[in-house]
Order: sequence, then C-alpha cells, then structure tokens
Amino acid sequence: ASTRTVGSRLYSSEIKKCTIIPGDGIGPEISAAVQKIFAAAKVPIEWESVDVTPVRGPDGKFGIPPAAIESVNRNKVGLKGPLMTPVGKGHRSLNLALRKEFNLYANVRPCRSLEGYKTLYDHVDVVTIRENTEGEYSGIEHEIVDGVVQSIKLITEDASRRVAEFAFQYTKENNRRKVTAVHKANIMRMSDGLFLRCCREMAEKYPDVKFEEKYLDTVCLNMVQDPTQYDVLVMPNLYGDILSDMCAGLVGGLGLTPSGNIGLNGALFESVHGTAPDIAGKDLANPTALLLSAVMMLRYLNLNKHANIIEQACFDTIKEAKYLTGDLGGTAKCSEFTNQICEKIAAAI
Amino acid sequence: MASRVLLKKPFDLGKIVLRNQSTMSAFEIQHKTPLIKKVEAIPVALYGGRHAVTMLPGGGIGPELMGYVREVFKYAGAPVDFEVVDIGDENKELDYALTSIKRNGVAIKGNIETKSESANVVSRNVAIRNELDLFVNVLHCKSYPGVPARQKDIDIVIIRQNTEGEYAMLEHESVDGVVESMKVVTQSNSDRVARYAFEYAKRNGRKRVTTIHKANIMKLSDGLFLDTSKRIAEEYPEIEHTDMIIDNCCMQLVSKPHQFDVMIMTNLYGSIVSNVVCGLIGGAGLLSGKNYGDHYAIFEPGTRNTGTAIAGKNIANPIAMLSASVDMLHHLGHTQHAELIQRAIEKTICEDKIHTPDLGGSAKSTDIVQRIIDHILQSDIRP
Repeated sequence: ASTRTVGSRLYSSEIKKCTIIPGDGIGPEISAAVQKIFAAAKVPIEWESVDVTPVRGPDGKFGIPPAAIESVNRNKVGLKGPLMTPVGKGHRSLNLALRKEFNLYANVRPCRSLEGYKTLYDHVDVVTIRENTEGEYSGIEHEIVDGVVQSIKLITEDASRRVAEFAFQYTKENNRRKVTAVHKANIMRMSDGLFLRCCREMAEKYPDVKFEEKYLDTVCLNMVQDPTQYDVLVMPNLYGDILSDMCAGLVGGLGLTPSGNIGLNGALFESVHGTAPDIAGKDLANPTALLLSAVMMLRYLNLNKHANIIEQACFDTIKEAKYLTGDLGGTAKCSEFTNQICEKIAAAI
Repeated sequence: MASRVLLKKPFDLGKIVLRNQSTMSAFEIQHKTPLIKKVEAIPVALYGGRHAVTMLPGGGIGPELMGYVREVFKYAGAPVDFEVVDIGDENKELDYALTSIKRNGVAIKGNIETKSESANVVSRNVAIRNELDLFVNVLHCKSYPGVPARQKDIDIVIIRQNTEGEYAMLEHESVDGVVESMKVVTQSNSDRVARYAFEYAKRNGRKRVTTIHKANIMKLSDGLFLDTSKRIAEEYPEIEHTDMIIDNCCMQLVSKPHQFDVMIMTNLYGSIVSNVVCGLIGGAGLLSGKNYGDHYAIFEPGTRNTGTAIAGKNIANPIAMLSASVDMLHHLGHTQHAELIQRAIEKTICEDKIHTPDLGGSAKSTDIVQRIIDHILQSDIRP
C-alpha cells in the first residue's frame, strides 16, 4: 500500500529530514529533549522545526502558516508536541486542521504497561486503531426545530476499508495475533454494519490474523476487568477516542502514551497530553510520551535498530526508578531524565 | 402497607394519602398524587392485595434468571404475580407486551434478542423504551464488600437519558457506500433528565452532579445537553455541578473513580460509563438498572447482556436480576419484603462469599439461590 512505498524510499543511508512542531507550554523543552536523545543515538535524521501558530490568511480567516504545510508535505513525516487551541470564535481546532490537511485517516495508540510505574493493571499491551476522519466527528449538526438538535454520524465504505486494511497490515507487521472490531451494530445497524462488513472483508484477505467482533459495552466491561484479553482494536471515530483514552488511563495516563496518525501521503506522530502551562519552562516536564511517539516514527521509517535502542534505554530508565519526573512520582528534572537515557544509549551503541 | 390499608378502610384511603404523603412508596406517589402535568392517574393493578407485574424473560440467560426470581419471591412471600410475555420479532408480539406493561404499570425484564439484522426492524429493547417513554435510566453502582474487584468502596449513581441520543435509530444510505446515522438531542428530554437527576441528588443526600459530554466536538447536540444541565443546576444551589469530557471521564474512572458522585449523560456515553463502572465493581452480574418514565417503570440487570454463551450452564450470576426484583419491590411499596431479600443477598455474597465463576468463585447459580432462600427462611422478620 501507499505507506510502504514511503518507507522503501528511505532504505539508503542518506539523512532523512523530518518536520518537528515543538508546540506550546512544555512543548519546546520536551522537543529539545527528544532531539538530544536522537543525537546521542546517532539517528540519521535532520530536524526541520516549524511553528504552527495560526496566522491570518489573505481571506481573513486564521489558518496554519503555509510554510508549515509545505514543510510537512515535503518531508512526509512529522513529530508534533502539545498544541494549545486558543479559545475564541473564528478559529478552528488546530489538530483538526492538521488532520484534514494531510488526510490522516488512522490514529494508532499503543498502550503498554511500563515496568517501574505501577498501576492497578499489569501486563497491558493493547493497540487501539481508530478511524480519524469521519464518524461522529464529522461536525455536521443542525437545529431542525426549536429545541431539537440533530448531529449526523457519517460512515463511508472507503474510509472504513482503509482503516481496516491498515489495522490488519499493522497487526501482521508488528507480529501481533488478533484484531477485534469494536462496534454497536445492534443499535446502529446500517452505519456500524457497514464498518463491520468492511472489517470482515479485510479479515478474509489476511487469514493468518485472528479476527473477532465485539460490542462496545462488552469491550468496556472486559477491558476494565482484564485488559490482557485484547490485542489490536479497530473502530470508528467516537468509540476510538473514548477507548484509546481509557486504555491510556490503564497504563498511567496521557503523559506516557505515544500516538501516531497515518495518512495517505505521510504520517504525523504526536504526544497527546496537554501543554501543562503551570510547569512550562521549569525543566520539570516528562518527555516520555513524545519520545515514544518519536520511536514509533522511527519504526514507520524502518529505522528499527535505532528505535529499539532508544526504546530500551527509556524503559530501563523508568524501570530503575532512580530518575523519575514529578508526574511519575519522582523528583528528577527533565534534563536529568534525558541525560540518563543518553548515557544508556551511549553504553548500548 | 398500602394493600392492607386498602382492604381495611377503603374510603379513608384518600385522607390517609394526604396525611402520609412522606411515607408513601414511589408507586403510590406515582399513581395517587397529582402530577405537575395534570395527567390522569392510571388505575393500580392491585388485585386482591397482590400486585401484577409483567415479566419479559428475553433471551439467553433471561428465562433461567426469571425462574430464580419467582422461587425467591415464593419463599419470601412477596405479594407479586407475574404475567410472562415472550417477544419475538413480530410487531404484534411487541404490541401485546406494551399493552400488558401499560396495564400493570411495572415490569421486570431480561435482555431481549432481536434476531433480525435488517435495518428496518428496530431493536426490541429500544422499541419498548421509546414507546413507553422511559426517559431515564438510573444505575446505582455500589460496591459489595466481599466481592473481588479492582476498586473498592465505589458509590456512583449513573443517570442516563434512555430514549434518544445516539439510539434514535434513524439511519439511511444517501449514496452507495455512504451511511448517515442521526443523533437526536431534544430540549425537553434533556430537561426532564436533568431535573430528575437533581431531584434524585437532593432527595438522596448526594453532593455533586457531573455532566458527561463531548461538547467540544459536538457543539450543538452535546452543547444543548450541557447547557440544559447547567441551567437546571442553578435552581439547586446546594448541589455542586461540574462537567467533564467523556474521554477524560473514562481515564479518571479507571484510575480515580472515587471522585464521582452522580453522573448524568446521554444514551451512548451512559452505556460506556455504566459498563466501565460495572467492570470496576466486579462484573456484569451484580448490578441492576431502573428505567423510569412518567407512568411506567421497568427493572432490569444493569448492563443489559443477553449472556447467550453461558445460557443453560447454571453458571450465570443471578444477583443482577434479584437486585432488579428488589428494586421493583421497593417501587411497589413492599419495603419489608424488599429489605428481607436484599439482606439475604448481601449475606450470601459478602459474608458467605459464595460466588459464581464470573466473580472468580466456583459455585453454581442454583447454589447461590438456595443460600439466599435459606437466609430468608432463617430470618426473624417475615411479614
């Protein structure tokens, strides 16, 4: 498929250019941390930093500056820090704008329990793949009669098929065993029924991957009792949003979960936590989420050796629990945490 | 109890009603006191001192659980007669069930399977809720002390809009390969649910009501729901009102569920959150839900599972259905019978710790039911 042709272009040892969007709040410091770690691991990547603060376009509307769009279109791969969507009218959500601009159709969020950070749930290893463009978030709403509002959930065959194919391909490439389609087709028969049909068709094309379909309520019930029974989950937009956040909660919150958005002609990897303005600039932030997203980016670019080294260094640092940032219950600074990881990488190379 | 009073002094009942309004059961308040909307009182299905209640067993584990309910009622001596109605996919059968519920006013049901997958046939459960206008579903999630669960000491009430929202079942295929499904949110229904929630909080001494929504994305529909909640919150200044986005809520529920008190939300989010909280407390077999409308009430297990995989194997957890029957007895006014059965259930699960496989034990359903009956027979107080 299209995603693989992008990767194969990068087999040579040339330096790959990637766009990095530092973001707001703690964004700049964690982006700097990630860049430092990548330099220590000698990753063949050259960063191109862009700013996506909305500017007023010629038509008066706020939009992403064209320089940023050009950069990501050229490089095809990007890493994004947390963005603050300012409150106010006449301004679209930046995340939504980026998504539409680069046709990012699937959102992948692997949630793995971190050794060294104990939560109520152990051995969680779930990947949620969510359709990113349509579904309940199509934004089509109107007030038909006074006091009656209708919101439309749109499901198309193309989008469902795309995300189902991506899910099975991801499962196969990452040596995972099972894909579960999450739906509510007993109630929303036509819409979720269509999504389910597309998943079933794809399942036939990948006979070595196990496929099952479960109702949303059953998945929620079972996930909270025993998350080890699920492997890869694929679902439409709204269910994906809720379930991916719930899985993140099982492993320790949004500050530890990576996330990747795969598009037709590129990919954008991001950290999904907030900008944390209260600790911005104080060197207290935890770069784990952005770092793990960057590792996902390396895997997407087929730089698996570097990805494994960096990931292992990060997990070992958290497991040792000597240098943990405030949100993980420690007292270390962001720079100390970063230095520890760099030391481990230097030892591994 | 109301039935005894009726038999002794039928004509004085009116005076007693006015004097004893505070001690009347919910059923009597519903049928004997004038409603704000000036609706005519429906005659109570009270024949010879015994209430008549519709029973809809449904599919899967439904019929066996209903059998257990009847057995327990027999031993507890609860004055309730059941009218069993089975529903298939035909509209005629659905109409008959609805007529029966309208006649009796109260029903207890399992989860009904709608065998047909065609888009023209509305889910039977949704059809019953919509036709009878059961606009609110209340799920009181209280931890049982002896049951193994991820979280302890949870006491959350989930109040969920039951008829519209994402379950409006209005779908169409506008173009080949493009399907639209409508989510409908109305001012009047949101108003009724919010008002019910705050009244419930006030009457039961609850401190905080949280509205769960996704109004940052679905600005008009969830925005309307949220604004209605906020507006009604102003009429109850002693109750704190907060709101939270559904994804954040799910994340908080799996790590810190004790911050929630009463939660109010639309249909789909209610389904998700109730399943999450049931999972935290120990599973689908423990909690019961109440569906209320202006005239009718239906009681059912909280997570609405059919349980086809475990049907007939004698391992289904009967506690949910028995809790539903206890709620029903409370609603009808038979408080002493209700408390008797409730105490027996609690003794069986919390003290004797006899659990079915879904709770990690190895007992059969019949063992649990037998132990509950034993507790009832040994109990000192039996009317």
